[in-house]
Amino acid sequence: MSTAPNDYLLHLADNAVVLGQRDAEWCGHGPILEEDLALANVSLDLIGQARLLYQLAATRIGNGATEDTLAYFRDDTEFRNYTLVELPNHGALVGYAASDRDYATTIVRNFLYSALMVLVWDALQKSPDADLAAIAAKSLKEARYHLHHAADWVVKFGDGTEESHARAQAALDHLFPYTEEFWTPSAAEDAAIASGAATDVRTLRAAWDAIVADTLAEATLKRPDVRGYVPEGKHGRHSEHLSYLLGEMQGLARAHPGATW
Amino acid sequence: MYTQAMDIPDESGNPGGKKLSVVPPPQSEQEAAFEARIDADGRIEPQDWMPEAYRKTLVRQISQHAHSEIVGMLPEGNWISRAPSLKRKAILIAKVQDEGGHGLYLYSAAETLGTSRGDMIDGLHSGKAKYSSIFNYPTLNWADVGVIGWLVDGAAIMNQIPLCRCSYGPYARAMIRVCKEESFHQRQGYEALLVMMKGSEAQRRMVQDAVNRLWWKCLAMFGPPDADSPHSAQGMRWGIKRISNDELRQKFIDATVPQAKVLGVTLPDPDLKWNEERGHHDYGQIDWQEFWNTVEGNGPCNKERLATRVKAHKDGQWVRDAALAHAQKQRARADKEAA
Amino acid sequence: MNTPALKDWPLWEVFVRSKQGLEHKHCGSLHAADAAQALHMARDVYTRRQEGVSIWVVPSASITASNPDDKGELFDPAADKIYRHPTFYEIPEEVGHM
Repeated sequence: MSTAPNDYLLHLADNAVVLGQRDAEWCGHGPILEEDLALANVSLDLIGQARLLYQLAATRIGNGATEDTLAYFRDDTEFRNYTLVELPNHGALVGYAASDRDYATTIVRNFLYSALMVLVWDALQKSPDADLAAIAAKSLKEARYHLHHAADWVVKFGDGTEESHARAQAALDHLFPYTEEFWTPSAAEDAAIASGAATDVRTLRAAWDAIVADTLAEATLKRPDVRGYVPEGKHGRHSEHLSYLLGEMQGLARAHPGATW
Repeated sequence: MYTQAMDIPDESGNPGGKKLSVVPPPQSEQEAAFEARIDADGRIEPQDWMPEAYRKTLVRQISQHAHSEIVGMLPEGNWISRAPSLKRKAILIAKVQDEGGHGLYLYSAAETLGTSRGDMIDGLHSGKAKYSSIFNYPTLNWADVGVIGWLVDGAAIMNQIPLCRCSYGPYARAMIRVCKEESFHQRQGYEALLVMMKGSEAQRRMVQDAVNRLWWKCLAMFGPPDADSPHSAQGMRWGIKRISNDELRQKFIDATVPQAKVLGVTLPDPDLKWNEERGHHDYGQIDWQEFWNTVEGNGPCNKERLATRVKAHKDGQWVRDAALAHAQKQRARADKEAA
Repeated sequence: MNTPALKDWPLWEVFVRSKQGLEHKHCGSLHAADAAQALHMARDVYTRRQEGVSIWVVPSASITASNPDDKGELFDPAADKIYRHPTFYEIPEEVGHM
């Protein structure tokens, strides 16, 4: 039986935990109470996915690895997530700049990511790696809901007020270039494809384009042209933002190595 | 999570700022019927006739409770990004989310009284409406999250269970829902503390530090002593309040002392001891001056808490507007198609 | 400071079927901009602990309620129709359950 390489599991898990961390930043600050609860559910799903994937990787790695040693005691260069998911919940700024959270950025990012993940999980639920397939089947249901939630808001923003349209378009212009990273496989993805445990993500591109085109059309938003730099987060070369995110997330756990919580 | 402030006077339900008078003797048939139903421990439903003072008191009490849930998301939310394990992170997000849910159930209950959530939120943001003062203290280490579950939610449950039998139907029903979800928050917090107490010296120090800072604030959560509690008598009469502040406080202390012993923490009150004669624990003086300072807006975090709520609401305006604008456009399109 | 009424999302009543075979039961209300969103919000607000398998949402403004003042004329007349209840009819014990 073919099993997915651990680095590939970590890539999937890192995506989920980092985006879960970003979405959770809204907890208590949402635009309306109902939406505060809805986004917290998305965040909880993502952290749940990350836990299952880290647990699976930890079992296979052995050597005392646990979900928490993998999430809390690896450095930023060891993280294999897309750069897209680590960006702050606001427009383009350097790592040490502060800014207000922008809900359009959060929603558009969740949209672009979950449009990919409904396809990835759908492919992985048929993986011969049965453990991974089980996680994928569970995650697929969640990702479909996340896509629905985000796409619904993208349409509301695009086809809402002048301000919401402008904000959604700005978020799209900012984030879209980062999706280029989806389509250039990393070593871990290549190994996963070679093992037979994963599908080549490039084969999902047309379907992703279609989901994006449908929603953007309904939202009257324009898909930006993309060229130039292709981010390399999944190779471990990140933006300035990930080390801040991890510094905050890992600080307490690392101050007490070996502690149980 | 929950409020002490059930009977803290504010201006939200009582615009004139006048003290609510004791109910006058029944004047009309309607009033007599209302009083009779209250006396018979019956329930009042939204469309039933009710005295204006009853309605206002309920709006004030339920909205204070709802505000407390919403402001109460912030002190614990402060540790979500730093939770030291993924399991604890998920538990904490779900818990803070539950509190938001409780706020939502309560705002809904208050809306049946003819007020709108928008008006209630304006009351909070303008400083007219109060919320529980416990949330005006900072959460300074990870154990605060556990101690809030154990002590603050523990105090809350004491207060909430009797409210499931409150005379106003929608409030009582909301409280049943809240209690169902809340009942395990206390266990959850206590369990997190147990794990820390079995851990390192540094972890135990965190727990004791959090208990030291929060214990007295929790006792104050039950509200001023019965003798100084202006709304209590009326609230009891109306079946909106079921058990007095002092009685609930005593119950809480008696229940907590043995839990603290099992946990291995010291409750920071040298006067705390069992009184055989009373069958209760005696306890020291609560600093009411500090309590009122905080209620009046001058505690350590009042300004931060309120400003954060105001900012979230303001920053969310364009999001709420977009959804409404889109819904209107959709309706207009549907109408056009139908025409 | 006042939020104008039109600026607020409308109120919806939420009904949840807790399991297949049971009726939808009123469980509370929420604010949402449109019906589809109200359904999603209801899922996130009222079924976080698997409380439901199906949800209805209804605009609160669409509910017509009986007037409590009419309670007498609406419901009291049923009180003396005791012949509508099975206990009104006496059957010899040897007949057993009927």
